[in-house]
Amino acid sequence: MPTIVVDVMPKAELLDPAGKAVAGALHRLGKAEFSAVRIGKRFELTVDGEVTDALLAEARELAAEMLSNSVIEDVVAVTVVEPVETPR
Amino acid sequence: MRIGVVTFPGSLDDRDAQRAVRLAGGEPVALWHGSHDLEGVDAIVLPGGFSYGDYLRCGAIAARSPIMAEVISAANAGMPVLGICNGFQILVEAHLLPGGLIRNDHGDFICRDQVLRVENASTAWTNGFHEGQQITIPLKNGEGGFIVDAETLKRIEGEGQVAFRYLGVNPNGSLDDIAGLTNARGNVVGLMPHPEHASEAGFGPDTPAAMRSGVDGLTFFTSVLSHTLASA
Repeated sequence: MPTIVVDVMPKAELLDPAGKAVAGALHRLGKAEFSAVRIGKRFELTVDGEVTDALLAEARELAAEMLSNSVIEDVVAVTVVEPVETPR
Repeated sequence: MRIGVVTFPGSLDDRDAQRAVRLAGGEPVALWHGSHDLEGVDAIVLPGGFSYGDYLRCGAIAARSPIMAEVISAANAGMPVLGICNGFQILVEAHLLPGGLIRNDHGDFICRDQVLRVENASTAWTNGFHEGQQITIPLKNGEGGFIVDAETLKRIEGEGQVAFRYLGVNPNGSLDDIAGLTNARGNVVGLMPHPEHASEAGFGPDTPAAMRSGVDGLTFFTSVLSHTLASA
């Protein structure tokens, strides 16, 4: 079954305390080449059947209205992932 | 006077809010998130807690629960609604108040007796205070950092929609030290600190007079009773 993947990130201008904590841990581990970390969310919406334009539009609306809060987050991508054919 | 307190899955302070209503002289009415029935209440409290485990975003799933359709239309018709902590987060997710609440800037959960300044004493829930009054209300949250875009911030500051500001310490990085808001009409109020935890001597924050004797929070509930009486 196909999946609609929605990626949401905290707005770039906002402090991301969770990302900052991970960046601090990387720094303590001596991974100085990674200067910053930001943590977002990935939603995988499994679709029963075909992803029509209407369904994709509905997913985009959901992404904007419910899966993210536009005051603090941005929807950075809404993509359709088709299942990989497994050889029998 | 009947004041409804909504219980969501993960609400923690619903019983405390009911108790504060009773101490103020009102009749608390337990309301259920999955119902569409406000049971004829005169005002509504959305209590603190961690509804739906703070999944998705704090308050986001609760804001879309069945009873919130009724709460939103009642609020838009002028019914007093108070959101405490998670209840405040639910109010912003329901777009009854502007802005958003994010993880505390220092990353830690914080629990302290917090001094606030009352900035707007003409709302349904604050009319028993006077403007500029300093009150002490317990605060306990991990995601209480208030943020909003610059344009909206300017508007709410200019129109008196900042109801409370943190004094002394900004405990979570909130913009302009904002602890709580009201809507333009003054019937909807939300704040991160917990007035229901400062409503009975012996169980409140410390005061210079005696340990745990602080009851500043009770005024929220007596305010809404006199507001409702006055408008009846």
